[in-house]
Amino acid sequence: MGVGITVERLNAFYGKTQALFDVNITVQANHATALIGPSGCGKSTFIRCLNRMHETIPEARVEGKVVIGDLSVYNGTSATQLRRRVGMVFQKPNPFPTMSIYDNVAAGLKLNGFRNRKQLDEVVHKSLHSSALWDEVKDHLHKKSGASLSGGQQQRLCIARALAVQPEVLLMDEPCSALDPISTGKIEELIFQLKEQYTIVIVTHNMQQAARVAEFTGFFLLGKMIEFDKTEKIFTNPSDKRTEDYVTGRFG
Amino acid sequence: MRTRFQQEMENLREKLLRMGGLAELAVDRACQAYTERDLTRCQLVLENESLINAAEREIDELAFDILATQQPAATDLRFILAVTKINADLERVGDQAVNIAERVMDMIELPAAELPVDIARMATAVSAMVRRALESFVEGKAELAQAVLEMDHVVDRMRDEAFIVLVRKMNEEPQVTQQALDALLVARNLERVADHATNISEDVIFWVLGADVRHHAQAASAAQRPERQEP
Repeated sequence: MGVGITVERLNAFYGKTQALFDVNITVQANHATALIGPSGCGKSTFIRCLNRMHETIPEARVEGKVVIGDLSVYNGTSATQLRRRVGMVFQKPNPFPTMSIYDNVAAGLKLNGFRNRKQLDEVVHKSLHSSALWDEVKDHLHKKSGASLSGGQQQRLCIARALAVQPEVLLMDEPCSALDPISTGKIEELIFQLKEQYTIVIVTHNMQQAARVAEFTGFFLLGKMIEFDKTEKIFTNPSDKRTEDYVTGRFG
Repeated sequence: MRTRFQQEMENLREKLLRMGGLAELAVDRACQAYTERDLTRCQLVLENESLINAAEREIDELAFDILATQQPAATDLRFILAVTKINADLERVGDQAVNIAERVMDMIELPAAELPVDIARMATAVSAMVRRALESFVEGKAELAQAVLEMDHVVDRMRDEAFIVLVRKMNEEPQVTQQALDALLVARNLERVADHATNISEDVIFWVLGADVRHHAQAASAAQRPERQEP
């Protein structure tokens, strides 16, 4: 099951440049939360702070408190331990090109020393089912490489790979921006189903996508969380004029 | 800034205002036709109904196109929803004007009767409601729309009073029953026009404030909501 996320006074820096300013947010378990905002507003930086990817950039640092379930992300939790519970899917599908479909999904488990073949089969089967890819790849799990799939299939393969380690939270950074409308529709349908089991945080430039898949939406601008509310409120009657101007296309 | 989108929204607004003008004119002409027993004005109302119907279709088509192609949100989305509903109300205002005109055409055939009801006063109040409802749309001001909602009770009372005195008249002087019945139906048509003006005002409040004040919801409290936070 998914877990909630609490973020308090989160500040993120790239060297001397501050990218996030005192962000506070509570993400509800087993819901999809969308983060929107113009390019450079800090939404991707924010999502990368949730699984400690931000600090992998030289001179980047984070201040503040992030709690995912019972894990205090910046206080005594190792990045490896954290990322087992927080999966991530990126803008561009990035399957391991030389691995088969099966090995792509099993990679995370194998990396963690999981070797039982029967159990691995079960996890791969379940993960590919959950990512709605099973029917399309079941006949060539070992024959075809991940890179041989279409863009939309590759992205669902990456989702299956993230799900295989049984995370509680799934972070998605513009997961559909490189996909056609049909593949996008499949991923959105998938997000809808996945939130029954996982907590999903999705960064998107596509406001209609946020409106379609997320129960809650946060609007970022210049590194600040301007407004966070139920999605329907953000898209029908936001409280802040800056949110209104962004969702109506008056800037951004 | 989405220039083309803003142009389309402005185009939609102008089309609705033109339609509002046609509907308002139809009601005024029908009411003048009643007080002056004027057949020519009745015919003008009937002839112009097709213009209102054509405008209704045109506005719906444009609103539908904008929804399909521009995916408006927030105030723009509320504006388009309000426009489509106001559009339907204005078309019905036009229908009520036609009903009044047809009633007047029947009345002109009958001998004039002294009736204890001031339809002209009711017509003035109703026309003012339609005009102010449209003004609230033009100005985008919820308080103007709110004032229209409060006028509806006045028109309802006028209709009730007209009903009482006209039924009494029919009982006392059966020979003017047809004329009294016609006046009663005109009063009812006018009261319906007032209801449409009320609907239009409610839609303006929805567009401006995002508050649904239909069906006796407290419009006043919605109008007193805190202003949107400015950056």
